Amino acid sequence: MVEWHVHDSLTVEAIPVLTAEDFRMAVANAVDQGARLVAFFAAPTVGGATRLYAILAWDGRSCLQALATDPGFGYPSLTPICPQAHWFEREIFEVHGITPHNHPWLKPIRFHDRQDGGERPAPCVTEYFTVHGSEVHEVAVGPVHAGIIEPGHFRFQCLGETVLHLEISLGYQHRGIEAQLPGGPDRRTIHFMETAAGDTTMGHTWAHCAALEAIAGVRPSPRAQAIRAIALELERLANHTGDLGALALDMGFLPTSSFCGRLRGDFLNMTALVCGNRFGRGLVRPGGVVWDIEPERAQELLRRVRTTVRDVRGAVRLFLESSMARNRLENTGALAVEHAVRLGLVGPAARACGVVRDDRWSYPQPDVPLPAGTPATGEGGDLLARAMVRAQEIETSAALVERLLQELPHGPLLLPMPKLPPQRMAVSLIEAWRGEVCHVVATDGEGRFAWYKVVDPSFHNWFGLTMVLRGTEISDFPLCNKSFNLSYCGHDL
Amino acid sequence: MLVLSWILALVLAPLLFGIINRIKALMAGRRGRPLLQTYFDLAKLVRKGVVVSPTTSWVFRLGPMLAVAGPLVALALLPYAGRPGLWSFPMDFVVLAYVLALPRLGTMLAALDTGSSFEGMGASREAAFGALAEPGFLAALLAAAPQSGLRLEEIAAAQDLFHSGGALVCLALLLLLLVENARMPVDDPNTHLELTMIHEVMVLDHSGPELAAITFGAALKLWVFAALLAALALPLERMAPLPAFGAHLVGTFGVAAVVGMVESLTARLPLPRVPAFILSGTACGLVVLLMEVGGGR
Repeated sequence: MVEWHVHDSLTVEAIPVLTAEDFRMAVANAVDQGARLVAFFAAPTVGGATRLYAILAWDGRSCLQALATDPGFGYPSLTPICPQAHWFEREIFEVHGITPHNHPWLKPIRFHDRQDGGERPAPCVTEYFTVHGSEVHEVAVGPVHAGIIEPGHFRFQCLGETVLHLEISLGYQHRGIEAQLPGGPDRRTIHFMETAAGDTTMGHTWAHCAALEAIAGVRPSPRAQAIRAIALELERLANHTGDLGALALDMGFLPTSSFCGRLRGDFLNMTALVCGNRFGRGLVRPGGVVWDIEPERAQELLRRVRTTVRDVRGAVRLFLESSMARNRLENTGALAVEHAVRLGLVGPAARACGVVRDDRWSYPQPDVPLPAGTPATGEGGDLLARAMVRAQEIETSAALVERLLQELPHGPLLLPMPKLPPQRMAVSLIEAWRGEVCHVVATDGEGRFAWYKVVDPSFHNWFGLTMVLRGTEISDFPLCNKSFNLSYCGHDL
Repeated sequence: MLVLSWILALVLAPLLFGIINRIKALMAGRRGRPLLQTYFDLAKLVRKGVVVSPTTSWVFRLGPMLAVAGPLVALALLPYAGRPGLWSFPMDFVVLAYVLALPRLGTMLAALDTGSSFEGMGASREAAFGALAEPGFLAALLAAAPQSGLRLEEIAAAQDLFHSGGALVCLALLLLLLVENARMPVDDPNTHLELTMIHEVMVLDHSGPELAAITFGAALKLWVFAALLAALALPLERMAPLPAFGAHLVGTFGVAAVVGMVESLTARLPLPRVPAFILSGTACGLVVLLMEVGGGR
């Protein structure tokens, strides 16, 4: 098994190719011993065959491992012994037509274009898991929702008000980003990255740039890295604040929802102060950043961060100390820590279950200081824990932004990027606000992208939401859904 | 005067929603929508066409009619400014309770008629909570009856906020007002989340003038509850007619303001806890009733 650190690159040939059975056991054993399956995908080899790659992350040792196998048309499924592979195997099956034998629930996840060039199937027109019985009823929600949110289909099997099973079917936002990238990087590449998941612009763009820099051997200046880190934390502050406000709104708790709605906008405006765009588009490019933070601007940002965080603190305290709000949050939508670990959940959803998993500590970016303390974790994995983790992360992020703004290091903003070397591969991991963003890039003989794999945190977490709903009141679904706040377009790509 | 108050109720009822929303907006630091927004909405809806699903029958069209008819009759029974209502007879409070239940019956039947899983869930919740709220309403009104008589105006005259069990009776009626009118913390009239709704989810299929009828019916029902609560809370029968009339009107709007404040400060209850909330209202009424029966005042 080849092992390397996240900021290094390696040759694709260095990855050992095992037989399908050995591959399956090796991956399952590594996951049993504490590794995470951060990416599992099929990619073309130089000869034109399709090869399966598994990227494993060892958080404790901050290193990555990779394994490969040549499956032909099928291979024994990993999912029965390693549930983290569930969604990945369905994706591989859908895109490449490689069948994981004995997969428990083999269906498309995005209703992708067909291999034989036929018309793309209509999303979500498929067989659903159903429960039968005279008292059982089925509730279908979406893809058109009552709020201004993304499209997705939810199929509940209910006994009275209790949910027996929820099946989530996505794919409406599929744009074929990964298919457009080979042959790059070109002028469109960075814009695909900035819009892979609109609310995670910083996370995906930094992950993309970090992967390219690892392949090219370019190390951006400390100043550029600090500005990236400030923008990433501002994105986290904006979204966590918005999430807490949205949770309050869904239970009709107006004071916090009104405050947080405004304060989220204040954080977005801080990103706009840096680069002119509220989501940070146009800020980060391979080699560094485009916009500087001059001393006056740093002072202004510092002032705004301090007042806004103070207001957020007040609004969140009001929420978490209200007995009615706590009554609604406590013991609702709980996820057991075993499920979170076995499903490979990431981000605040995993940390709320007590799983210590934060790439800012495990895989720190070069020249970016660690946030103070340890990753925020919760207990019980219920709605309250997910809200508390966000509240704690707001504090850590604000402290990190303040620290970075006060001592911005020096250095050039943007280093020139050389042509990418041929036949190299790199993996980047960024802890975005929703969880781990993973990009895997490999170059071909001419230094262009041979293939490109994007894994959004939502890809790991959607199944966690399904597990949360089992045995829960159906009227609690909107709150549970909001507490995860997963991305549809990040999943669908 | 009585006919005037009946007409005034028809005109002013939609304003109650405006007051509630304005209070909520002010408490949240927002400006809020116009006070007269409900009137604008009604004016817009009556000019629109109606879309009716082909899976529905005449029952679906019946719902909106019952939703308006019930509160219109209830309004005629309502004592106003310390005087009997347009229509007053012994035991009229029982009739009031059941004509007020007519809109619920209508919207539930219409919701079941659509065959939608959402609306079925809403109807099931409404039936469960309605069944619990009904004895509470009767208990609260009966609490005053042993001394007075069994007419609504006698019941209203016998109670006021600062007398013996009056405060408890008013509290019981306030809690039941929140339940019956689908207000927070039982139901959230502003939510867009169909899985958590009770009342709103049942009327999803109605449109145009029929939706206007349901909205107007809901406003009238809220007016009946608010005016009844004001009549119980204020000693109107001891005032001269004109001040009593003004006091009743102000009291009715005051109840709307209280509802707005309750909504600003509470979060939704989890659905399994709603029965406890309703029963606490019933308990308040029963405690006063027992005190009156056994107390020998």
